[in-house]
Amino acid sequence: MDKMTEVTTEPQKETTTFADIDHAMGLRMYENMRRVRDFDEAVHELNAAGELPGFVHVYVGEEGIASGVMTAINDDDYITSTHRGHGHCVAKGVEMDGMMAELYGRVTGICKGKGGSMHIADFSKGMLGANGIVAGSTPIAVGAALSAQMRNSGQVAVCFFGDGATNEGIFHESLNLASIWDLPCIFVCENNGYAQTTATSYAMNVKDLAVRAKSYNIPGVIVDGQDIIAVHRATKKAAERAREGKGPSLLECKTTRFYGHFEGDNLKYRDPNEAIEARKRDPLVLFADNVAPAIGVTTDEMKVIDEKVADVIKKAIEFGRSSPFPSPEDCLNDVYVNY
Amino acid sequence: MVDRKKVTYRQALNEALHEEMAFDENVFILGQDIAGGAQNKAPDEFDAWGGPFGVTKGLVGKYGKSRVRDTPITEGAIVGCAAGAAASGMRPIVELMFIDFLGFCLDQIMNQASPMRYMFGGKAKVPMVMRTMIGGGFQAAAQHSHSCHSLLVHLPGLKLVTPSTPYDAKGLLKSAIRDDDLVIFVEHKGLYDTKGPVPEEEYLLPLGKGEIVREGTDITIVAFSKMVLIAYEASVKLEQDDISVEVIDPRSMSPLDEELILNSVRKTGHLIVVDEDNPRCSIATDVVALASSKAFDSLNAAPKMLTPPHTPVPFSPELEKFYLPNADKLVELVKETVPAHA
Repeated sequence: MDKMTEVTTEPQKETTTFADIDHAMGLRMYENMRRVRDFDEAVHELNAAGELPGFVHVYVGEEGIASGVMTAINDDDYITSTHRGHGHCVAKGVEMDGMMAELYGRVTGICKGKGGSMHIADFSKGMLGANGIVAGSTPIAVGAALSAQMRNSGQVAVCFFGDGATNEGIFHESLNLASIWDLPCIFVCENNGYAQTTATSYAMNVKDLAVRAKSYNIPGVIVDGQDIIAVHRATKKAAERAREGKGPSLLECKTTRFYGHFEGDNLKYRDPNEAIEARKRDPLVLFADNVAPAIGVTTDEMKVIDEKVADVIKKAIEFGRSSPFPSPEDCLNDVYVNY
Repeated sequence: MVDRKKVTYRQALNEALHEEMAFDENVFILGQDIAGGAQNKAPDEFDAWGGPFGVTKGLVGKYGKSRVRDTPITEGAIVGCAAGAAASGMRPIVELMFIDFLGFCLDQIMNQASPMRYMFGGKAKVPMVMRTMIGGGFQAAAQHSHSCHSLLVHLPGLKLVTPSTPYDAKGLLKSAIRDDDLVIFVEHKGLYDTKGPVPEEEYLLPLGKGEIVREGTDITIVAFSKMVLIAYEASVKLEQDDISVEVIDPRSMSPLDEELILNSVRKTGHLIVVDEDNPRCSIATDVVALASSKAFDSLNAAPKMLTPPHTPVPFSPELEKFYLPNADKLVELVKETVPAHA
């Protein structure tokens, strides 16, 4: 009994109208993307200035995906994230003060300085954790979806991961489990073309990762990840399907990261023209050029948002910078027993 | 009517699962063949196995296929799924059929479930239990006889318990299910048919607290899981040689009841640790290190270990007999360790 095996492509905005996106939603989308972008641009600069310790991966260029998904699901829905997780956290509503303090390793951080960039989580916001292990969060999202199904809560779980994750066994195990139990889970692949330095064209023999949905008899949808409208619509469809008990979907959002894999990446493996071309399809610019005029969002309105977000981020940086470090002995608490 | 003085280890575990599923509707079980026949319609058909050793028999009929959930053979996904369900309001019990399959799900234990509470700043709870099974003695060879629990004891953030009796099995499993951290619950396949007293009334046993199985004055034997039975058997034999053995069952490897062990060693001045895991970097070396570093002045001889040799588990019955610890080997080791009474 086939549920839906074909791989489809979500139409891009150029070919559609915006009847389903009202003015308020337009503002929400823009503000969400602006928060995600500016947070990581700030992180990019702070890291370059040597202010932030540790491994940092920024989300710049991929905002259409986090913001497109998050404006299409509910506040109490679950997400799991990746090593490139700041964008997912910000888009889901995790407070930037706590996030920035976490990146600074301060006691006021969202994880009290114990997690850092790759382990930001806020269960109160349905954010079940960024994740330093590629594909590591896929079964966790499946578990959250199972929990929602068993509690009959109507929630969905969105699992973010990159193209590299789809070569891990646990990714395939997770899709299979979600499929056989019809779990309300949305697998969102952020295909930015590279797993660290290795191109998808080298690492797999399919052009579109969405075809991997076929093995699990679930919908696979190819989406332009630079187009927040396309991501938003594809997510809405997948979420409706999930909430109706029809099971999971796989969305492949094609995107490009503007910067390297990590902050400090020499990018020698990538043609510099790729980033130049990608910036021509900046999701914020595309929104301002194509979507905003069509739904009546004005330049002034966007400017107000820009200023508001800049202020929030400035305060977050100040909060991070001025917060105290944990005391060394804090290393020993938050496990069930001290050794 | 079950004679409460002769309840099997298997039955004790089954009772604990029944009671906790009735106690809390968020408790559910997932694993391979735990009902056995999920594709079938009739209850007697979908409860075909009740797990490979019948521990979960009868649960699906009472609590249904949603809460007693057969899974594909997909260890990584089910352990991770349990972690995700635990992080979002449920109390899953996931069964890793044999501990030998740990490699498939180790990431979900060592990078996801066990550090979650700590790395998320103490705010995340992961109330899940992973039941699994260790032990040789069945000619099941190197991939179905592992007792590699020390691999997990190495990891912070999780608890690990090793019940040796039906009484302990029931009381510890109930506590494990109610605990808010990841608890690895290690059963020995050679214990399922052992019998012992289990009270009719409800009881819980604290995790991390051991017990003195038998009091003695000449030597302390710390033993885990099925090795507790061997230690007890050896202690009885050693009575004839006028050697008084104190047998300690820590019941949990993580956290370890250090005080119980150290107090005993301080009293007897001698220590042997008996465990079925490989000897290197193991719970046995850990307990020896504990005694050596914290009770050195009380020791009258070097602490010793009785474990298998550092080889994979062999198949042939003759080889496996040589490989596994037993009471006779332990008696010999005790006699070598404790000076003869004048």
